[in-house]
Amino acid sequence: MTRAAPIPAAARAILDGDRRALARVISQIEDRDPTAAPITRALYPRTHAVPVVGVTGPLGVGKSSLINLLVGRLRALDRTVGIVAVDPSSPYSGGSVLGDRIRLDRPAGDGGVYFRSMASRGEAGGIAAATREVTRVLDAAGFDVVIVETVGSGQVDVAVRDVATTSVVVLVPHLGDEVQTLKAGLFEIADVFCVNKADLPGADLARRDLAELVRLGAGRAGWTPRVVSTSTTQPAGIDELWENIEAHEKFLDDSGQRPLEERRRLSSEIVELVRERVGRRLSDRLERDPSLRGLLDEVVARRIDPRTAAERLDRPGPPR
Amino acid sequence: MVRPPIRVLIAKPGLDGHDRGAKVVARALRDAGFEVIYAGLRQTPEEIVRAALEEDVDIIGLSILSGAHMALFPKVLALLKKEKAGDIPVFAGGIIPDEDARRLKKAGIRAIFGPGTSLEEIVTTAQRLARSAA
Ligand SMILES: Nc1nc2c(ncn2[C@@H]2O[C@H](COP(=O)(O)OP(=O)(O)OP(=O)(O)O)[C@@H](O)[C@H]2O)c(=O)[nH]1
Ligand SMILES: [Mg+2]
Repeated sequence: MTRAAPIPAAARAILDGDRRALARVISQIEDRDPTAAPITRALYPRTHAVPVVGVTGPLGVGKSSLINLLVGRLRALDRTVGIVAVDPSSPYSGGSVLGDRIRLDRPAGDGGVYFRSMASRGEAGGIAAATREVTRVLDAAGFDVVIVETVGSGQVDVAVRDVATTSVVVLVPHLGDEVQTLKAGLFEIADVFCVNKADLPGADLARRDLAELVRLGAGRAGWTPRVVSTSTTQPAGIDELWENIEAHEKFLDDSGQRPLEERRRLSSEIVELVRERVGRRLSDRLERDPSLRGLLDEVVARRIDPRTAAERLDRPGPPR
Repeated sequence: MVRPPIRVLIAKPGLDGHDRGAKVVARALRDAGFEVIYAGLRQTPEEIVRAALEEDVDIIGLSILSGAHMALFPKVLALLKKEKAGDIPVFAGGIIPDEDARRLKKAGIRAIFGPGTSLEEIVTTAQRLARSAA
């Protein structure tokens, strides 16, 4: 028989709706602080697998503005929302300017919304791991819907598929041709395409082109991505955007895909976590352990190549 | 473990229209390795404090040009105290007469930077305040 571990006070506080405790554990997760582990461990069984909506797309297409209006829509439906907005860290200074919060415009004192800005802090895979953990903490804290904003470039949008149950890819008219969309890897991850800035000329054409592209490329596992037009400056299409997100969530339930997708995400999360741990331990040892340093010396001297060295390190038993 | 970046909230309370100065400071802090949560223009003291708590920042920087500092800055400090977050250091920048600056410091604003202050001084002061509070 297993005995349940006592619930740490911080986890209890988060479950009871304490927003300071929530904010603090999110910082610990970001900092990769080991003191977060007992808290997130205690919270995990208390999560409900709420919808996690990923909103991604190129710089400046209106992701934050759309999220602001989606939040308004969700509040009108009496649903609470937790938002995490991820921005890249500067590779030079490690710092960042997190500006997504500017677009948030909510009634004073509305406790049904929690907004958190997060820097990617380097490690590409780590973004997904930390973000996943944060979305789960928001889930445990009782939010009905979680929204994650990421800039769609390179690794980040791949990560969104490991975090979100529904991925919304935001584009704008005249951003460039569809080939660029394809190249950026944004096509594969979209459950819903959102052509924002529909108040600008060319929006109809962009929407039609996208719809055509979607029609040609069959959707993933029985779902054909939806295409929605929106404007946040002359508000339009927001209800439709939410309806399509919900339609995808419903599809996940009806088709039996939800548990399969969840498994896939969890599996990649575990692999990522192991990679992080093993990697950290190994790079420490490569510098300190004399026998491993010798191996590194061999590679530096070009007597063996890096791949062979890696194969030797990966072999079970003591390294030679 | 490497020391995590300092998280700073930069906000501009009051009604005046532009935030060039605040943006320049935000960029300098980023280049010094800070994570800058940029809250933008026309924030009420309530919104500023709420953002600081949600973002779990180590320090808050307020910028103002409109002359409303004597009303707005103490309000921010009072709200922080009310939320049991009076330990988060607050610094301020903008056009603030000496006499007001003295009173604001007495009220608990930890540092005040006039228009001539170098970015370097702002950065090092913010570092010192954030690290000493932690
Ligand atoms: N014309 C028009 N402009 C818009 C619309 N939505 C957003 N914008 C403008 O586009 C700019 C960027 O908006 P954001 O919401 O910050 O875009 P974002 O995608 O979150 O930006 P990043 O997070 O920096 O990538 C702002 O100047 C907005 O006012 C829209 O529907 N129409
Ligand atoms: Mg944004």
